[in-house]
Amino acid sequence: MISRLFDLVSRRIDGPLMVALVLLVSLGLTVVYSASGGGSFDRILGQARNLAVALAALWVVANIPPQTLMRLAVPAYAIGLALLVGVALFGEVRNGARRWLNLGFTTIQPSEVMKIAVPLLLAWYFQRHQEGLRLREYAVATVLLALPVALILRQPDLGTATLIFASGFFVIFLAGLSWKVIATLAAAGLASLPFLWGMLHDYQRRRVLTLLDPTQDPLGAGYHIIQSTIAIGSGGVLGKGWLNGTQAQLDFVPERSTDFILAVYGEEFGLAGVVVLLVLYLLVIARGLMIAANASTTFARLTAGAITLTFFTYAFVNMGMVSGILPVVGVPLPMISYGGTALLSMLVGFGILMSISTHKQLVSS
Amino acid sequence: MTAGHALRDQRRELNVFRTRLTVAGLAALAAFGVLLARFVWLQVAQREHYHTLAEANRISVVPVVPNRGIIRDRNGEVLAANYSAYTLEVTPSKAGNLERAIDALAQVIEVAPRDRRRFKRLMEESKNFESLPIRTRLTEEEVARFAVNRYRFPGFEIKARLFRSYPHGEVASHAIGYIGRINEADLRRIEADKAAANYKGTDHIGKLGIEGAYEKELHGITGSEQVEIDAGGRAIRSLSRSEPQSGNNLVVTLDINLQRVAEEAFQDYRGAMVALDPKTGDVLALVSKPGFDPNLFVDGIDPQNWDALNNSPDKPLNNRALRGQYPPGSTIKPFMALAALTTGKRTPEYTISDPGHWMLPGVSRPFRDWKKGGHGMVNLHRSIVVSCDTYYYGLANDLGVDTIHRFMTPFGFGAKTGLDIDGELPGLQPSSDWKWQRYKQKWYAGDTISVGIGQGYWLATPMQLAMAVATLANGGTPVRPRLVRAVQDARTQDVRELPVRAGDPLDFKAEHLALVKAAMIDVTRPGGTAMRAAQGAPYLVAGKTGTAQVVGMKAGEKYDESRVKEQHRDHALFIAYAPADDPKIALALLVENGGHGGSTAAPIAREVFDFHLLGKRPPGRQKLGDEEGEGD
Repeated sequence: MISRLFDLVSRRIDGPLMVALVLLVSLGLTVVYSASGGGSFDRILGQARNLAVALAALWVVANIPPQTLMRLAVPAYAIGLALLVGVALFGEVRNGARRWLNLGFTTIQPSEVMKIAVPLLLAWYFQRHQEGLRLREYAVATVLLALPVALILRQPDLGTATLIFASGFFVIFLAGLSWKVIATLAAAGLASLPFLWGMLHDYQRRRVLTLLDPTQDPLGAGYHIIQSTIAIGSGGVLGKGWLNGTQAQLDFVPERSTDFILAVYGEEFGLAGVVVLLVLYLLVIARGLMIAANASTTFARLTAGAITLTFFTYAFVNMGMVSGILPVVGVPLPMISYGGTALLSMLVGFGILMSISTHKQLVSS
Repeated sequence: MTAGHALRDQRRELNVFRTRLTVAGLAALAAFGVLLARFVWLQVAQREHYHTLAEANRISVVPVVPNRGIIRDRNGEVLAANYSAYTLEVTPSKAGNLERAIDALAQVIEVAPRDRRRFKRLMEESKNFESLPIRTRLTEEEVARFAVNRYRFPGFEIKARLFRSYPHGEVASHAIGYIGRINEADLRRIEADKAAANYKGTDHIGKLGIEGAYEKELHGITGSEQVEIDAGGRAIRSLSRSEPQSGNNLVVTLDINLQRVAEEAFQDYRGAMVALDPKTGDVLALVSKPGFDPNLFVDGIDPQNWDALNNSPDKPLNNRALRGQYPPGSTIKPFMALAALTTGKRTPEYTISDPGHWMLPGVSRPFRDWKKGGHGMVNLHRSIVVSCDTYYYGLANDLGVDTIHRFMTPFGFGAKTGLDIDGELPGLQPSSDWKWQRYKQKWYAGDTISVGIGQGYWLATPMQLAMAVATLANGGTPVRPRLVRAVQDARTQDVRELPVRAGDPLDFKAEHLALVKAAMIDVTRPGGTAMRAAQGAPYLVAGKTGTAQVVGMKAGEKYDESRVKEQHRDHALFIAYAPADDPKIALALLVENGGHGGSTAAPIAREVFDFHLLGKRPPGRQKLGDEEGEGD
C-alpha cells in the first residue's frame, strides 16, 4: 500500500534531477531566512508555501505525457499572447512598468506564462515541420518568438524579455539553424546596437552605463552593484558565517532577499558557498541536457534542451549581474531568491523535463 | 518518401541536435568558468579591499562631546554652568521645503517669530548639511508631541544637548564672556591649532571673556564611540567607547557679589571700573556698563536682540574697562608727583603761588587751572589734595615728555596690562619718538604741558589705571592682573593655583612714595576733592579724582556744565585703594559724562570698599553727582 503510494508519487519524478533541485531549494530557504534579517519565520513560511505549490505543479506536469503537453503548446501560447496584448491595453502600472493584468479575483503577470509557452510552441512548430527545415521555417519561428518578446520589452521588462528570447533562441538553435545564419544575425545584431541603444529606456541605459562604471553614480543606480560587490568580496573564501554578513544584515545590500540574494549568500558563505552553488547548478544543467539528448521526439528534445539552457541563462545572468559583470536586469537567482512566480514557472519547466525523461519508453515502444 | 529516407533524416537531425547540445553545454560550462573567475577575483584577490569597504560601511565613529568646565567665582559661586535640554534640530538639505515644514511644525509645537528669525540667521551663516536648532529648550510635553508627528518632518530631529547658562545674567558679562556657535573664523582658528579632531561634534565655542580666553581648559577632550550602523544610518549597537574628558573648572578672581554691588552703584551711568587685589593682581570686579545678557548668545542670538545690542548708542557690547581709551586726567597727578621726587625736579617743600594759570615761555596763550583764580600757595602735597593744574604744568615742562614716558611706562601705561582675557587696548603713553613715527612731526613743548595733567595725547584704559594704582598701593611692584586664579582638573578634582605674575619693583624711594600716599589719603578727607569716598568710613582711603574732557575747550571759553549736553559732559574718574595703611583693594573707575570725579565717581568707590572691606551693602542710595561738587 505504502509502496504503491510511493510509486504513484515518484513514478514520473527524475531522481537525480529531483535530488539536485531539493538541495538547491533547501539552500535557498536557508539564505532567504538570513536575508530576511533572521529571527523571523514569516518569509520562510511564505517561501515554503510557494515551494509547496510549485512542487505540486511540478508533480502534476511531470505526470502529463509529452504528447499532451505538445497539444497544449498552441493554446498556451495563444492565451499568453492574448493576455500580453491585454496588458498592453489595460495593464496595471506598478513602479513605472505595465506588467500586471487584473483579472478581478487575482493579478497575474502574463509574461510568466510565456516562459513555458514560448519554448513549447517553438518545439511544437519544429516537430510539425521536421521534414525538410528550410530558412522559411526558421523565419516563422523567429516571428513567433519576436511577438511576445516585443510586447514584454514594451512593458518594459528587460529581464523577462531576455529570458524569453533566450528560451526561444535555444529552441531555434538546437533545431539546427545554420551557423552561417547565426553568424550573419550576430553581425547584424552588433551593427544594430547603436539603434537598439536609442530604443532603450533611460533607466535601462543607466543600468548598462552603471555596469561599465558603477562609481559614476554611487548613490543612485550604481549603489546596488557597489554594495553587492562589497558584500561578496568581503565574504572571502569561507564567508562571514550564516546570519553574520554585515552588508546583508545591516541593509546595505538592496533587494537582498530577491534579485540580490547572491550577495547575501556570497558574503555569508564565501567562495566555498559560491562553488557549491555553481556545482549544484551544473548538476541540474548536466542532467537536463542528458534528458534532452535521450529524448525520443523532436518536440521533447527541443523542449528539454531549451528549458535546461534557459535555467542556465537565469543563473548566469543573475550571478553575472550581482557580481558586477552584467547589467542589472530583474532576474532572480533560480531556486534561491524569494518569490513564488519565478519558482513556479521554473518548477513547471522541470516538471516538463521529468515528464520527458520518464515517458520516453512508452513513446518509443 | 521512403521509410529508410525518413530514418536517415531522423538520425541526421539527432546528430545535429546532439552537436548543438554539446556546444551549448560547453558554452554554459565556459560561462560558469567566467563566473568562477569573477568570484575568485572578488573574494580572494580583492578580499582585503572589500573587507575594508564593508567595515567602513558598518562602523561609524561618533564623537562624544565632553562637558564644558564650570566657572566659579572666588567664593565658589557658579558663574557659568551647563544644563541639559532638548533641542529640535533640522538638517536643511534633508528637509525639503523648509518654509512649509516649519509652518507645519508651528502647528505641533510653538515656533515663535524670534525662533524663525534666529534660525534664518543661522542658515545664512552655516552650510546646508549642518544640523541647526530651530527650537531650543523643549518641554517634555513638546518632545512627546513632536515624537508622535515625527514622520511628517524628515530631516528634523530631537536632540538632548548640554547648554551653557549664565545664572547672573548681565552681571560680569564682559568678564565672563559667552559661548556661541562655531563660525567660519572659529573653524579656521581651530584648524590652525590642529584641534579639529577634538571639536568633532562640538558646535559651541567660547567667544569672549574668560569663556573665550580659557577655551582650551574649558572644552575638555572629545571622546568617541564606535557604533555599528545600518544603511539608513541608524545606530544598531555600540562596538566600543572611549569616554570624553570633561573640561576643567575655573576659579575666577571675581567676587560676584562685589561685582553686583559695583554695577548697581553705577546706577544709570555708563562707565567702567576695575578693582584689583594689589598684592596678587586678582581682578575683584570688572565693570563695563551697560552690560548685556550673555544667555542671549548661547543658542545663536536672534537678529532683533543683536541689532538692539549692536546699534545701541550706549554700546553695551564694548568692554569699556579694557577697550575704553580715555584721557586719564588728574588721576595721574600722584604718578607725576612721584616722578618729580624721583628725578629730583621737585622737593616736597618746593612751593608755587598759583594765579590760576600758567604761561609757557614764548607762548601767549595761558594754560588755565580748573579753578578760576588758582589755589594760592601750593606745594607737592597740596598739589595732589586740591588737584592743582598749575603745579603740574610747570612740572611737566621741567620733566619733558620723554622723561614722563620713561617713568610712566613701567606702571603699565601705554601697553596692554597682560590681563588673561583678550580684547585689551594699549592706550597711549606719548613720547617724542611716538609723535615722530605717528605724525612725522616734532614734539612741541606745548604738547607736554597738557600731558602733565593727563590730557593731550595721553590715553589710558580703566584697566591700566587700576594696575597703576595697585602698583602704588602695594609699594611699587607691578603685578599683572588676572581673572582666573586656579584651574580645577576635571578628573582628579585637584585645584592648580595659577602663579601670581609680579614684575620687578619699580625704582623709586619708599619715602617719596609715602609722601604721595599721604597726599592721596588727604584727597578723601575734608578739604580734598573726594571727601565723599571716605566720609565716616572706619578705614583709610587713598585716592585721586580726575576729569576727562570730552569736548575741547577753546582758550578763554568758560566751561558751563549745566549748558553742555549730557553726552558732552566730562567723564568723571577716580582711582583709589583701601585701607590705605594695608591695601586690600585698589580700583580705577570712570563714569562717562559723570562730570566731576569727586561727586560722581568717588561715591561708587565707597560702596565697593564698604562691601569688600566690611561686607556692608549700601543702604538707600543717593543719586550720583547731585552734590554741588567742585574740583577735579
